[in-house]
Amino acid sequence: MSCADSERTADVSSRTVISLKGVTKIYGKGQAITEALRGIDFLVTEGEFVAVMGPSGSGKSTCMNILGLLDTPTVGTYTFKNIEIGRLSRNQRALLRRHYLGFVFQGFNLLNRTSALENVELPLIYRGFPATVRRASALRSLEMVGLHGWETHTPGELSGGQQQRVAIARAIVTEPAVLLADEPTGNLDTIHSREIMELLISLNCDQGITVVMITHEPEMAAYASRVVHFRDGVVESDVRNGRAS
Amino acid sequence: MLWNAILLSLREIKRNILRSFLTILGIVIGVGAVIVMVTVGGGATAQVTEQIASLGSNLLMVSPGKRMGPGQSTTPTPFKIGDVEAIARNVSSVAAVAPMATQSLMAIWGNENWSTTVTGTDNEYFKVVKRSLQSGRLFTDSELRAGAAICIMGETVRKKLFGGQNPLGEKIRLKKLSCEVIGILEAKGQSSMGTDQDDLVVIPLRTLQRRLSGNQYVDLIQVSVREDTSTERVKADIERLMREHRHIAEGNDDDFNVMDMKEIAAMLTGTTKTLTALLGAVAAVSLLVGGIGIMNIMMVSVTERTREIGIRLAIGALEREVLLQFLVEAVVLSSLGGVIGIVLAIVSSVVLAGILQVPFVFNLGIVVIAFLFSAAVGVIFGYFPALKAARMDPIEALRHE
Repeated sequence: MSCADSERTADVSSRTVISLKGVTKIYGKGQAITEALRGIDFLVTEGEFVAVMGPSGSGKSTCMNILGLLDTPTVGTYTFKNIEIGRLSRNQRALLRRHYLGFVFQGFNLLNRTSALENVELPLIYRGFPATVRRASALRSLEMVGLHGWETHTPGELSGGQQQRVAIARAIVTEPAVLLADEPTGNLDTIHSREIMELLISLNCDQGITVVMITHEPEMAAYASRVVHFRDGVVESDVRNGRAS
Repeated sequence: MLWNAILLSLREIKRNILRSFLTILGIVIGVGAVIVMVTVGGGATAQVTEQIASLGSNLLMVSPGKRMGPGQSTTPTPFKIGDVEAIARNVSSVAAVAPMATQSLMAIWGNENWSTTVTGTDNEYFKVVKRSLQSGRLFTDSELRAGAAICIMGETVRKKLFGGQNPLGEKIRLKKLSCEVIGILEAKGQSSMGTDQDDLVVIPLRTLQRRLSGNQYVDLIQVSVREDTSTERVKADIERLMREHRHIAEGNDDDFNVMDMKEIAAMLTGTTKTLTALLGAVAAVSLLVGGIGIMNIMMVSVTERTREIGIRLAIGALEREVLLQFLVEAVVLSSLGGVIGIVLAIVSSVVLAGILQVPFVFNLGIVVIAFLFSAAVGVIFGYFPALKAARMDPIEALRHE
């Protein structure tokens, strides 16, 4: 179903966006330690659409947090766009998030009582764009997700699907290299879920945005070009959709 | 970034308008109280100072009795006219020296009577207190020497006794003394202490001593110093001269007291200042409490907006940007309280000044200080909550319900 990797070249290393090597994540201290990830190796190439699946507690959320630069590995290296993350400070990681990453969450995580337009403008404020540029970009982004005419509505006045579209518009307004989606359809009904998946696919195909998405639902994972299964902190399977099915 | 933070904080404040208002109430009251106190207190002080200044800053008052502290003295050994003459003769740079002896008496003319203060002095008195006549004439030297039965009266006494009639040449009675009115003083109005400065009758000193008091005493010597010389030096000269003249042994305290206008002003405004300082302290405590109120609400706000903070951090906000946002919000909140407090304080100062009949003296300094102080309260009490926000773990914050 995905448009990814059909006629893209084989030169993998130069186009690798995400590279996890032997990543282990340990929480807690002493007796109460939990090993959330146990030596993960994981590569994502530019333009891929990766679905990450696995039961809760399998480490997929921890992995997403690390990929999203919200967390750092305890052991192992994470290289994002040829930048070694392990040594970066909290603020340096924030700057990378600001410039290269877009987040979409299960709970939408929009600012309440704030219009769709202002929600979408938010990342651009931190980039220091002037107001007129922010406005124009946000309007374009909202139009791209099919919310033309809904700019002034606040999250409370929008349906779940529309809220998730606003969240996607916010994530892509900065033209990120990678879009990280944590169960983007988890709170939506089937019809809205399909809409959101189709939107993600089109962003992946038309804008060339790399997408990494956590999902529970095989139906949603089927949209991806590649499905990675996590179990007990390790990668259980890593399948290319087109070839495997 | 800063401008955005200010806009953002204004929107936050508008969103919780009632809560914001209640939060800043402490600051409003604190700032308002400080400014009202200082403005009204300053007005009262200014009034006193102004009236003392109208007497001239070059005035010295020599009174008998030991100085104990502001407003206190021992039983005085009065001056005699010889003391006055000694000052006039021996102290250089003196413009005028006026002896004064006073009595409170009933002045009677025809069927009218009026209780007033009778001052026995000479023509120097008018120079020292800077008063002139609206009609009539001053005393002549021979009248002063002879202790003639003549008087010069203030406007209030004239009005009370004579009404619309011309008093010049008429004879009024002071006790058993019947004296001719030879002049009327120019009106001066109320003094800072609320006394009527036109409620007086001036007669030659010798007339008062011989015909009214029956003694040789001079109650007070007023000295005006030439404009170009320092009152301090003249004051020291007078003190030295008086010690010598009154035979005060080395090591004994003065049994008289020379006060310049600065000291008199300090004495009169001392009470006002103490009161202002006291109320100022109360106001400062109120500002402190207001600051704690702001801190409290900022803590609540940070907790309430944990998810928002998580979103901002995930999107790529730096720690300092989040810190700035909440700090700015606290400062905007407290400054808003400061501004409201300033406006209310100015309005109520004007009203209060009208009621208390003191001049409204706008004190820009205290307004600026109060505003800066309120902003500083925001910075101090907003910093901790803002730091709490900035230090949040974005993962935890996003999970927060």
